[in-house]
Amino acid sequence: MHELALADAVMKAAVKAADDAGMTRIDRLVVKVGELQQIEKDLFEFSLASVLSTQDPRLADATFDVAEELVRFGCNACGREYGRPEVSFDDGAEGEAIHFIPELSHAFARCPACGSPDFDILAGRGITLERLEGSGSDE
Amino acid sequence: MSEALDPRPYAIADRLSGVARIVGVTGSKGGIGKSVVASTLALAWADRGARVGLFDLDFTSPSDHVVLGADRTFPEERFGIDPHEVHRIHMMSVAFFAGDAAVPLRGAATTNALLELLAITHWGDLDVLILDMPPGLGDTSLDVINLVPGLEFLLVGNGSRVVIESVRRAVALLSELGVPLIGLLENMSRMDDGAVASLAENFGVAYLGPIPFDPKLEAALGDVERLRQTTVYGEMERLLADPALLAG
Repeated sequence: MHELALADAVMKAAVKAADDAGMTRIDRLVVKVGELQQIEKDLFEFSLASVLSTQDPRLADATFDVAEELVRFGCNACGREYGRPEVSFDDGAEGEAIHFIPELSHAFARCPACGSPDFDILAGRGITLERLEGSGSDE
Repeated sequence: MSEALDPRPYAIADRLSGVARIVGVTGSKGGIGKSVVASTLALAWADRGARVGLFDLDFTSPSDHVVLGADRTFPEERFGIDPHEVHRIHMMSVAFFAGDAAVPLRGAATTNALLELLAITHWGDLDVLILDMPPGLGDTSLDVINLVPGLEFLLVGNGSRVVIESVRRAVALLSELGVPLIGLLENMSRMDDGAVASLAENFGVAYLGPIPFDPKLEAALGDVERLRQTTVYGEMERLLADPALLAG
């Protein structure tokens, strides 16, 4: 379950951010999950809970919110912006590859207007630590 | 915390914590045999009993799996993903995910793919992890210099004036950045004009010697038994036996 490695990265980032902010206690993490990576919210919440206790003691009583963000692509060839419903890649091996490495969307997805694989992922790519709340924070 | 954080860079040191040594095989031009050198070095090192990883960072044109004859199946998931074990080499490549599809990536996408694989790949305990770099000193090279702790580079070049010119720039930059250079290896050597050795000497970099052009190599790709009979494999064994070079 590679979500555990991503959840572990979120916790390590939170600890570093808490250090930088001088937090003595971490109360809440807000995490954004991009649609493109196809990580199920429930599964990622489970992953975060699983790795929580293995990290810094300041995280012991922390809660977390996981918010989903829709993916947006911007075509570098024709300028069209589009979302997941307009892009076809199969939910089997292609979707699985994108689940591990979202950039493999360039291998399997095409602009619905011009067919180009040359696009930017404007939003909704993967995992981001959006906010950290705790005592001693500047939030 | 005033801005959103990408968490992946914070996991990289931990993912590589069991790796004793990280060697990037690089060169400033395409087609000079970096992937053959990287893959064959990994094979020779593993044959000596070392625990070896091989990470193909040429995302748009991966080829280590071709050199070693590796199956392109999805890696197993555990805590992250496990590299494939191929001839005792722990191996990771986008070819395991992309199949036959081309992977056209701009710079930012290349960086994201690298970050993702560094953050989720579970390398475990290795004596050495070999990074097969893409040609040139673009995004991937700059990213690994910034992201991978303890990185050393082994430079591959040849005697062509076109290659010499770009290798000179690469040596100068890597020296300026303070990236340790193991040495300069002259691959597919067809002439003995001493140009590569002179370049190494001028920059104070170890000259690792010529690997003569081997007409048997092409037919040996994908077949490790035949690969072990090639000149390049023999030269990798020589380097690995020399305490002043790669051994130790």
